Amino acid sequence: MSEPKSDSGIRPRLSALEAAWVIARRDFVAVLFSRAFLFFLLGPLFPVIVGGLAGSIGGEVQREAVSLEVGLAMTPQENAAMIAAGERLSGQLGGALPDLRAVPEAASDPAFNARAFMEARRGNYAAIMTGTLAEPTLVGTQGQLRRWKGPIGLVAAEATSAEPASFPPVSTEVVTTSAASERTTRIQTAQIAQMLLFLLTMLLAGMVLSNLVEEKANKIIEILAAAIPMDAVFMGKLFAMLAVSFVGIAVWGTVAWGLFALGGDAITQVTGFNIANLPAPAVGWPLFVALGVVYFAMAYLLLGALFLTIGSMASSVREVQTLSMPVTMMQLMVFFLAAYTIKQPGSALELAAIAFPLSSPFAMLARAAMEPEVWTHVVALAWQAVAVVALVKGGSLLFRKRVMKSGGAGRDKSRKNARFAA
Amino acid sequence: MDMAVSNHAATGNHGDGSIAVPADARPLAIEARGLVKSFDGTRAVDGVDISVPEGAIYGILGPNGAGKTTTLRMLLGIIDPDEGVRRVFGHDRPHDIGRLIGYLPEERGLYPAMKCIEAIAFMGALRGLPLKEGRARAVELLERHGLGHAADRQIRQLSKGMAQTVQLLGTLVHKPRLVVLDEPFSGLDAINQGKLELMIRALADDGVTVIFSTHVIHHAERLCEGVAIIAGGKVPYAGSVEAARDRIPAQVRLETRAREGAWLEFLPAETRRNGDFFQFPLPATGIEPLLKGLIEGEAGILSLSIERAGLHDAFVAIAGEAAARQLQADSEGAAR
Repeated sequence: MSEPKSDSGIRPRLSALEAAWVIARRDFVAVLFSRAFLFFLLGPLFPVIVGGLAGSIGGEVQREAVSLEVGLAMTPQENAAMIAAGERLSGQLGGALPDLRAVPEAASDPAFNARAFMEARRGNYAAIMTGTLAEPTLVGTQGQLRRWKGPIGLVAAEATSAEPASFPPVSTEVVTTSAASERTTRIQTAQIAQMLLFLLTMLLAGMVLSNLVEEKANKIIEILAAAIPMDAVFMGKLFAMLAVSFVGIAVWGTVAWGLFALGGDAITQVTGFNIANLPAPAVGWPLFVALGVVYFAMAYLLLGALFLTIGSMASSVREVQTLSMPVTMMQLMVFFLAAYTIKQPGSALELAAIAFPLSSPFAMLARAAMEPEVWTHVVALAWQAVAVVALVKGGSLLFRKRVMKSGGAGRDKSRKNARFAA
Repeated sequence: MDMAVSNHAATGNHGDGSIAVPADARPLAIEARGLVKSFDGTRAVDGVDISVPEGAIYGILGPNGAGKTTTLRMLLGIIDPDEGVRRVFGHDRPHDIGRLIGYLPEERGLYPAMKCIEAIAFMGALRGLPLKEGRARAVELLERHGLGHAADRQIRQLSKGMAQTVQLLGTLVHKPRLVVLDEPFSGLDAINQGKLELMIRALADDGVTVIFSTHVIHHAERLCEGVAIIAGGKVPYAGSVEAARDRIPAQVRLETRAREGAWLEFLPAETRRNGDFFQFPLPATGIEPLLKGLIEGEAGILSLSIERAGLHDAFVAIAGEAAARQLQADSEGAAR
């Protein structure tokens, strides 16, 4: 038997990685530059943008509506004394004090009437202080008076005192946290991270479900299967979609960052969520973020391999849509399992969630928030990688057995016409 | 030359079960022994042996559903046989030498949004050809086949014939040493069928082994050195086209002035009367005793011709009337 040579000395075959790369490159470019992907990218941005705008507008409105300014309509000297006293006390009381501003209209009008001014809805003051420092009068709505009466009295007392009040230095002793409170706060981080991971995989892994339908519909699958091993096709498609997902996450992340940068205060005010106040995970933020990326990749590859196999059995988009419901339910169950175990570290259930490949990334990300050990992540990632390879191998084997068996590539001709399977 | 495809159970060229050895000692591009493949308990391919020497044009002939595509898929490693072994250029795993193989499946397929040049380059890349080189070759191939103007067009913008040509060029872009074409003529008009025949010949002239399946006997007859006749998953004949035709005795066609006479006794028992003509297989004793009897019996010979059997006749004789009728129906269906 002779050993023929290729025409230009090129190796007679692609390695599995090279073959997967050929598939991944084509799929990545094809998906990324399709109109459908643009709409896919924009889809989740609509609620975010609408929410962000609403939050921003709401925050602005709230800032305007809920003013923290108290106007001063006394003599210029008294106004200045009040402002100086307010600045001295703000070091001790901070946000408990109003912003004190002299009312310009009062300075220019000797007959200034604070009540009429407020009723005419002029200015943006929570209340206006008139009278003298010795006998101040606060003009405002009932709620504002209730809120500012005490602080204004305190500032006025400070302003009238002969000497500025002296405050004894308070020495402090920091306790990072107690075990109980640390665990409680980290659970919050774990839950948010798990939720984010779940949302991203749910949003993005679905793309894989219909990934092989195009090849089957266009009869390209047989060309691919003849040229390279089917598991390389699967792997290439998975990594292409993972890369597409990272592009999506990068776009969404950038938009989210932009929104926070522009209207973070408003978002915090409206939602009550401040990312800066999120408790630090046990492994530290840098490693936690890195693990988050890796666990997302693993969750995506695991779920994607399963979806790819299920989707490859479908012969039309309609079938894929039908399959998507049980698949979504399965995703939810996996998430609930992992979420349930957050509060039971070390329990058999948590270990089961870690051992079961599909829930493992979720459970381990939560663990990264709760426990400082790193070696467990190395083991878990190795296990998840093995599971990805096994799922891809199994999926491609099933695909070859079930789909590539009849003359019409991808058509199950043999089932209805087994006698003439060719 | 002996290009053998035989069936263990069937009457093949090698009734003793021996493996075909090419008489011309050309190395084998493909060698398969006892290939069996079942789907849902039904044997689609039932013990096929194939030996195809390098540089040959080889036809796999049979009606739809005979097992042609399944056989080709096993040879290419798309599916694995349940039993038997296959070797392509001596390798058990065809994917290991994917760079040397080009394959055009029966059901044509390309990414509709891809440009022609990219589609050809992608198919080359699947076989290990760098994209840059693939694009350069794609341009050259498209120009050579009159499609240079369509290089930057998307596949979805092409006619069916043009798209098929693009796919064929994608099959050849990496300069394979073995080209496997599954029903390559189906869907092509007469002009493009002629072009494809020329391309196949040109490949063989360059030393490329070409295997194609077809249910149109004329293509195989015109192109192939050897054929395998496959029906119901079995291979009742494999060998050269000449040997297949030689299996059927030549047909004698005789026209005489006289209608009756003692000379009729010299005609073989299988003689059929067809209008003014008598038709019968050439007797094993040759034509001379027959001629002598006709002349002495004063038959008055008006015309006498000896026609060698065609591949179609051989197919009928080998695969049976039922398979031949199905083949004919498939062929007519494809032509329509």
